[in-house]
Amino acid sequence: MSVALAPKPQETAMADHHARLTGVTRVFGPRNGTGVHALGPVDLDLRRGEFFSVVGPSGCGKSTLLDVLAGLAKPTAGTAEFEGQPVDGVPAGVGVVFQEDASFPWLSVRDNVAFGLRRSGVDAAEIARRVDYAVGFMGLKAFENAFPAQLSGGMRQRVCIARTLVMQPRLILLDEPFGALDQQTRLLMGDELLRLWRETNATVLLITHALDEAAMLSDRVGVMSARPGLFIDVLDTGWPRDRDSRIVSHPRFGELTAHLWEKLRAESLKHMRGS
Amino acid sequence: MAASHPALNPATWIRLAVIAGAVAALEIACRMGWVPMTIVIPPSAMVGSLVELLLSGTYGRDIAVSFSNVALSAALAVVLGFAIGVILHALPPVRGAVEPLLASYYAVPTFMFYPVFIILFGVGSGAIIAIAVLLAIVAMITATLNGLDRIPPVLTKTARMFRMHPAERALKISLPAAMPYLFTGVKLSVAYAFIGVIASEFILSGAGIGYAIAYAYNNFNNRTMYGLMLLIVLAVTLINSALDVVDRRLQSRLRR
Amino acid sequence: MRHVLGPFLVLLAGLLAWEILHLMVANSSLPSPLETFVEIGVLLRDPDFWKQAAQTGQAFAVAVVLSTLGGITLGILLGMKRLAGEVAEPILVNLYSLPKVTLYPVVLLIFGLGISARIAFGIMHGLIPLTLFTMNAILQLKPVYRRSAAVMGLTSWQTAMTVVLPAILPQVITGARLGVSLCLLGVLIGEMFAARNGLGYMVTHAMERGDMDTVLAVAVLIAALALAVNALLLSLDRSRRP
Repeated sequence: MSVALAPKPQETAMADHHARLTGVTRVFGPRNGTGVHALGPVDLDLRRGEFFSVVGPSGCGKSTLLDVLAGLAKPTAGTAEFEGQPVDGVPAGVGVVFQEDASFPWLSVRDNVAFGLRRSGVDAAEIARRVDYAVGFMGLKAFENAFPAQLSGGMRQRVCIARTLVMQPRLILLDEPFGALDQQTRLLMGDELLRLWRETNATVLLITHALDEAAMLSDRVGVMSARPGLFIDVLDTGWPRDRDSRIVSHPRFGELTAHLWEKLRAESLKHMRGS
Repeated sequence: MAASHPALNPATWIRLAVIAGAVAALEIACRMGWVPMTIVIPPSAMVGSLVELLLSGTYGRDIAVSFSNVALSAALAVVLGFAIGVILHALPPVRGAVEPLLASYYAVPTFMFYPVFIILFGVGSGAIIAIAVLLAIVAMITATLNGLDRIPPVLTKTARMFRMHPAERALKISLPAAMPYLFTGVKLSVAYAFIGVIASEFILSGAGIGYAIAYAYNNFNNRTMYGLMLLIVLAVTLINSALDVVDRRLQSRLRR
Repeated sequence: MRHVLGPFLVLLAGLLAWEILHLMVANSSLPSPLETFVEIGVLLRDPDFWKQAAQTGQAFAVAVVLSTLGGITLGILLGMKRLAGEVAEPILVNLYSLPKVTLYPVVLLIFGLGISARIAFGIMHGLIPLTLFTMNAILQLKPVYRRSAAVMGLTSWQTAMTVVLPAILPQVITGARLGVSLCLLGVLIGEMFAARNGLGYMVTHAMERGDMDTVLAVAVLIAALALAVNALLLSLDRSRRP
């Protein structure tokens, strides 16, 4: 376990679940029945330190689920909790990596990564240490003085991940972070994500539309229905902690993907036909 | 100004050659008498005239008046335009009411209303600055609105993730993110300020390079007239190039 | 209808501000909105006004036609040859931001004081936006369009007519809107500076006589006309889009 990034143990009362959603519903627009019922009601218990993926057809509300958990959106009904406390705004200890490139084009890679730390009153030496570590960990050392515009999409996402990492989050939420990348890059980034997860011992929630990604990376996979999103199944993958992308050759991978597709196919058709 | 040399690619060389060629052609045409001296004087004479009047300092005051008017007008237009843009962006209903008018603003020859400004501000720099500011400000307002619109929503979400206060977010995220577009507004404001000031000086009597050119023209003093014209052309080109260098650096950060 | 209400209210507020200014300014030298409106009525019945308007209109019309045709042609030529476009663009952009008023005396020296000088002013102002917009439209034309046309077996002429022209039309219209407004501005400023007829001259002359009623009436009329033409071109633009 790396000293630089390991989160400090919590003294507060620890429930079994690290974060939890109870009966969370989200309706956009008027609630008199003409609004868009995007999500729920959804229940989710995230175990401390687990890697949980959510898959579902487009528009099923996966991103909304993440927004509610992160405190970026308030549920229309139901509650969200993090470490036993209700979520109100983004809780300390939660990091989010978005689908779009959120790197700041006007700052160098190093300044991007240091951004959150610089505001939080951490002293300069500690900032330098943590930034050095995160930059090295994410393979950005050679580019630390470059600007995002000079980097590829994959590199920029690494910058965003490094920026989140450096804040030592205990819960990391990722909203289709590799959606804009090509397949090979995605697979490699998946390995990076696993490495990160093991190093930091954080709880990870990954939103993805890619079944293979979910099947390969996670401890558990939640399958959502078409809109309004509900969990129709939660699978246990049973993978060992020190896995990487080579498990694709394991027979269980094929079974998992097949199972996921079986659940999802009907839902995806529903979405495609616009019902 | 940090050195950020544009690649000296073939296009630049050709462009320089074209301009040099045009100037040379004009020089020959004038010297050979194909173009009467009463209409155009040779470029070399223009340069000579410019050097003379710069050295003699006769037009020192006019030059100072014009440039200070331009600088002041541009600065006012940028600051006020930015402020109005920010306010409009924060009040969508007001913005919706005002925006169609802003969009058609430059269709109207606002310059025609110059007498109104003379009544309000008297004959002098006040009226000239007012006209120039009015000409430039809408470009800055539009650029500000555009820049604020184009801040990628993910950056706003990131600000919330970092739990930033609105003021902090405005300063550390919104402003840098919008800066390339804001700077386009600055460039346009400077250009319009120039046009407004010089055109006003032409029509209104008084001081300034515009007035000096009109005066020289009316007194058949071609040599002085062309010298002054050259001054303006060079000044505008230099200022534009300087602004362009900054603009390029800002734009290069944007390429996504 | 609702999206007309907002701007309408803003205009109303503008009229109110004008009235307040009128009241604030000493000796009522600034005419009120009502006085201006009345004067507009007087002007419209005055044959001399129409004579001047015809002068301006003539110069404007010719300038617009020549700027549009010239600008589009030049823009296409520069756009087709990428290198030519690259060479020309900074020159054009620099010319565009130059206070063209600076060059007016040269135009007068070349063309004399007649209507051709004012047509030249108009063209000076209107040509460049049309050229730049057309040129950029051609440069930004996605190569895949021309490749698709080639695959479909279209001739160069057919490609130009059925693919290139419709594709660049939106930007050309945007450039035309700008070019037309600037043409008008150029003609008017030319008349204000050195002419013995035309609406621009009317404004300057009235100004010198202290006849602010006429000044504002003519200015407001021209503004209204310019807005109407702009709105027409805008609706033309929008009607073509889905």
